[in-house]
Amino acid sequence: MDKRINDLGQIIEKILPEVDGVLGLKTGPGGIVAPHLFVKERPEELELMAIWPKEPLPSVIRLIQQAHPEAKLAVVCRGCEERGMVEMFKHAQLNLNNVTLIGLQCTQEEAEFCRCAEPFTVHAKMIVGQPIEGVADPLTEKIAAMSQPEKLAFWKEEFSHCIKCYGCRNICAQCFCNVCALEDETWVQTGHLPMGNPSMYHLVRAMHMTAKCVACRECEETCPVGIPIAIHFRLIARDVKEMFNYETGAVIDQKPPQLLVLEEGDYERTGLPH
Amino acid sequence: MIEYKNILTTCPYCGTGCAFNLQTLDGRIVGVLPAKKHVISEGGLCIKGWNAHDFVYHKDRLTRPLIRKDGQLAGSSWEEALTLVAGKFSQIKAESGPDSIGFLSSAKCTNEENYIVQKFARAVIGTNNVDHCARL
Repeated sequence: MDKRINDLGQIIEKILPEVDGVLGLKTGPGGIVAPHLFVKERPEELELMAIWPKEPLPSVIRLIQQAHPEAKLAVVCRGCEERGMVEMFKHAQLNLNNVTLIGLQCTQEEAEFCRCAEPFTVHAKMIVGQPIEGVADPLTEKIAAMSQPEKLAFWKEEFSHCIKCYGCRNICAQCFCNVCALEDETWVQTGHLPMGNPSMYHLVRAMHMTAKCVACRECEETCPVGIPIAIHFRLIARDVKEMFNYETGAVIDQKPPQLLVLEEGDYERTGLPH
Repeated sequence: MIEYKNILTTCPYCGTGCAFNLQTLDGRIVGVLPAKKHVISEGGLCIKGWNAHDFVYHKDRLTRPLIRKDGQLAGSSWEEALTLVAGKFSQIKAESGPDSIGFLSSAKCTNEENYIVQKFARAVIGTNNVDHCARL
C-alpha cells in the first residue's frame, strides 16, 4: 500500500478538528474516486480516503468557498493543483488566506503519466511523500519539432475528432469566466459535427489559457476522443516564460502578464464578453 | 457543517451507460464531474452528460402531474392522474382491443424500468406494441 495514504490520513486527522473541512479524494461505489470534503463530524470517512486518480480540486475548493466565504478549509494538493490555486488567487477566484495547503508529492509513475515538469508543491507547509524531479514531455517535444505543414496536418487530424463536448473547458479550474467566448456563435459554430472550423474552438481556448494553464492535464484526461490538447498550452507557456518571465502559479506575488497594465484597485465587470 | 460530496450515477440521456459524479454542496446538486476509471466512459462525457444536472432545479420542470381540462393543463394529484390513466386504458382496451394501445419507452430509463414497461404492455394490456422513443 502507498505509504502516502497513511501519512496523509494522519495529517488530515490532526487538522480536521481545527478546520471546517479538508478537501481530498474518497473512493466511492465501484472503486470510483471523487472529490470529497472530510469533516470532523464524520472522521470515519477517512478510511475511504484516496489519492489517485487526481481530480480538479481547485475548481471544487472555489465552489465551496464561494458558498462559504468565511470557512476555514484545507485542501490536499499536488504540484499542479497548488499552481492552479495560486493562479486562481491572483485572479480573485480564491481566498488562499482561508485555505491550508497539504502538499501531496507525485510519484515517478504519476509524473510520467502526466508528462509533468513540476510534480511537486512549493508553497504547502505540510508535505506528504518525497518530492521528485520533473520528467520529460516527449509528446510535446515531438510536436514542437515538427515543420509547419506537419503541425497543421497533425492538428487538423486531431481536431477532426472533436465532438465539442466542452469537457476540456468544463473540467478546467482556470476556466472561470462568467461569459465564455466559446459559447458565442460569432466564434464557434453550433449544430454541426465535425465543426466547420474546429481551430476556432481550440485556438480561442488556447489563447485564453495563456499564462493560466498550470499543466494539470485534466483536459486531456477528460477528452473523449483523446486529443492531446495540453500540448498547446505547454508550448504557449514556453513563450510566456520567454516573453514575460512568468511561470503560471509559481510565485504568489508576481502579477500575471494579463493584469500588468491594470492599476491596483477594485474593478467592476463591464458586462461585455471577455 | 459544510457538506460537499459526490454521488456516482449513470447518465440519464442515451443508452451508452456513461457514469459521472453529481457534485452536491449542502444537499443541492451543483455540477457534474466525469468518473475517471469508469469502465464505459473512462473519464469522458459528451455535452449532454456534462449538462445532465441542469434540468434538476429548472423552473420549467414538472413537479406534479398535469391533466388537460377544457383545453387547459391544470395541476392535479398523482392519485387523480393515475386513476384517470388507468380508467382510460381500461376503456380503450374494452372498446377497441389491446392492440389499439402502444408503448414507447426510453433510453433515459433504466433497464429495469424498460423491462417493467414491456411487461405492463404484454401482461396487463395484452399487446406487443412496444417500441423506443427514438421512433416518436
